[in-house]
Amino acid sequence: VSATATAPAAAPAPEVAVEAVTIERDGWLRWLTSTDHKRIGVLYLYTTFVFFLLGGVEALLLRIQLGQAESTFLEPERFNQLFTLHGTTMLFLFVVPVMAGFANYLLPLMIGARGLAFPRLAAWSYWMLLFGGVALYGSVFFNPPEAGFTVFAPLSDDAFLPNAGVDAWVIALLMISLASLGSAINFIATLHHMRAPGMTWSRLPLFGWAVAAYSYVTLIATPVFLAALAMLLIDRKFDGAFFDPGQGGSAMLWQHLFWFYAHPAIYVLVLPAFGIVSEVLPVFARKPIFGYRAMVWATVSIASLGLLTWGSHMFAMPLNDTLRTIFTITALLAAVPAIVQICHWVATLWSGTIEARTALHFAAGMVSMLAIGIISGVFLAIFPVAWQLGDTYFLVAHLHYVLFGGAVLGVFAGLYYWFPKMSGRMLSEGLGKASFWTMLVGLNVTFLIGHSAGLSGMPRRIYEYPESAGWEGYNLISTIGSFVLALGIALTVWNVVRSVRRGSPAPPDPWHGNTLEWFTSSPPPLHNFDAIPVVSSAEPLADIRRALEGDGRAGA
Amino acid sequence: LGPTAPLRRAPRALRAALPAALALALIRAPAALADAFTPESGGSINANRIDSLYKVVLVVALIALVAIQGTLVYTLVRFRARRGALAAQTRGKRSLELSFSLGALVVVSVLAVITFAKAGGIEDPAASAGQPLRIDVNGQQYLWRYTYPDGTFSYHEMVVPVDTTVLLDVRSADVAHSWWIPRLGGKVDALPGYTNETWFRATEAGRVHEGQCAELCGRNHADMKASVRVVTQPQYEAWLAEQKSDIAEANKLAGQEAARRAEAAK
Repeated sequence: VSATATAPAAAPAPEVAVEAVTIERDGWLRWLTSTDHKRIGVLYLYTTFVFFLLGGVEALLLRIQLGQAESTFLEPERFNQLFTLHGTTMLFLFVVPVMAGFANYLLPLMIGARGLAFPRLAAWSYWMLLFGGVALYGSVFFNPPEAGFTVFAPLSDDAFLPNAGVDAWVIALLMISLASLGSAINFIATLHHMRAPGMTWSRLPLFGWAVAAYSYVTLIATPVFLAALAMLLIDRKFDGAFFDPGQGGSAMLWQHLFWFYAHPAIYVLVLPAFGIVSEVLPVFARKPIFGYRAMVWATVSIASLGLLTWGSHMFAMPLNDTLRTIFTITALLAAVPAIVQICHWVATLWSGTIEARTALHFAAGMVSMLAIGIISGVFLAIFPVAWQLGDTYFLVAHLHYVLFGGAVLGVFAGLYYWFPKMSGRMLSEGLGKASFWTMLVGLNVTFLIGHSAGLSGMPRRIYEYPESAGWEGYNLISTIGSFVLALGIALTVWNVVRSVRRGSPAPPDPWHGNTLEWFTSSPPPLHNFDAIPVVSSAEPLADIRRALEGDGRAGA
Repeated sequence: LGPTAPLRRAPRALRAALPAALALALIRAPAALADAFTPESGGSINANRIDSLYKVVLVVALIALVAIQGTLVYTLVRFRARRGALAAQTRGKRSLELSFSLGALVVVSVLAVITFAKAGGIEDPAASAGQPLRIDVNGQQYLWRYTYPDGTFSYHEMVVPVDTTVLLDVRSADVAHSWWIPRLGGKVDALPGYTNETWFRATEAGRVHEGQCAELCGRNHADMKASVRVVTQPQYEAWLAEQKSDIAEANKLAGQEAARRAEAAK
């Protein structure tokens, strides 16, 4: 169904605010100069996936080191550098920006717009992200940072780590954070001003709501982090004393400022992955999302509570009793909307007619794994239990169920769902399903056993452990699992490469989608839509399809 | 449109047997593999209380997990697409939506109430058999130093009398560390510029409880070990006296050495 063909039946509105679409340059130069949201989205996705693979290789090296007791594969210094790079890369160069990549590409298409509100800001954000990543990886050639992705003060002070690694980290994060602030502003302006006629907030696709929550949280939390980064740089380079207790500063201040941003970064900025799953499940269950309004409220609640939960990372700190009580309550409450979303996803599938395509596999897998991550998070919300389990492999397992199980499986669901739209090619279903099952097995073999390692007292971030500790079995299983996981990811990489070269052409709407991105060709033209339809529900394309079928029957 | 092979191929009996086997494993496991499912405990009453609070949460968590995963897998198998069939286009059901939200809210509220009811016994030092003992714990890259009330100190290994409530003032001399002996209770961060507090009361003389720094503190973080040796009160007093005289002896030798150096320098 091409856009032009459906246009008459869909009774398009008169053209809405058509801003000039900048014609792209010819040849490779278009990749450097483009302000088209789709090309920038593709650049984001390619870039963040490269960082994802780098972070994955780092993870494998860490797992090789930990696979046996008293291993000497990596020196302690190298080990610390690798887990710092792994955490920083996966969180700030993959999970957070890959969501911006999907939002760049899809948000205008889903809301029936011809582009983002600020096309040049979108390009600027992408290039800041890329150069931020380059700044971080540039440090590999002198001294990579080794203070963990949490860079706790005062270890991060120049008195303890005088080499330039932490400086590179700070500069990189300044650039990356400015990039995400730029995209947040862009998404908010686009969402507020560029929705298609008839698309009220209560008809906005849930992915749009998730991007709204993601953007507002970024807008509130990131400036605090930018300030903290500037303070750390002043401490290191200009002998400042914000975090230096020797000069009257406070090491706890860093914790407050860092977690105010990093808690949302880990648990809230994965929301677009929730949004992806909310789009994918109804399409393949052939049934509308269960309880749209409650899903919106849950999304908004996750964002609001996420901004009030940073202290749950500081239970072992000298925090006063009142704060400890408040953060236990907010952290427990934060589990509620997440559980609600999980229940609604299952209810969406319930009594549906489920077509088990690869995208559905990943989306259902995400629901299942996220449930483990949210429930293990409840243990860490309860402060006396967190005193035992925090900063151990239990916590490592928990956050990987949220970030890998929740975010990465969600991203893969999105990749399998929208790849035909973005590239105009279909992915192989067989390879996709093989990739899913390999990843699911790998993920659980790697991380489920991690809970036990943590319960037996294994702290995170240790480069070695004695044989007498009794952790070798757990760790060997984890290491084997991590290679299975890597194999699963490699299958998808191969699938993408194969499809780009010789995949079968994708029709405009291969899955019978509900949202407007399927109303245009695959890949969409530079101006997205020839005509923009009037929206009258949260599933505009389903309405159009129904209208067309009605016409067909009337004609026959 | 092929349904997922592994789920379809699994015979019905096998699918039924799996949860049963899992349940059996979980029932049998605590005896053999308690370590793998529960936190370390058994050295001090506060660690035991954390362990029992953890078990309450574990039971609730396992019920929730089995309910969610079971329903999800059942749904995926049961509602597989059939040719020509189309699901009823229901958009929600107010009562069910309400029960999801309220159900989750009630569960976490109950957990919160249990937590705050139990927290006192974990946070507040228990009554001591004799006079409580206050020890200063100081983290330094990459060792722990303990200072006893009379000024005697030791490194790496802390020695404490059994059944005595030991109050710890945890500090750091350089970067952030975290004091953690799993069998004696939760971890408490040592942050420069702050004094953090915790306590334990060891239950059994003759045991050595191992632990290590739990906050990244630099390259040798993994080697920053700590241990607590539990002894009887007379053994403790004897150890303290011996440690004291050892320190005095070492100081004397150091003083003589310094004097000799000063002499030589003249």
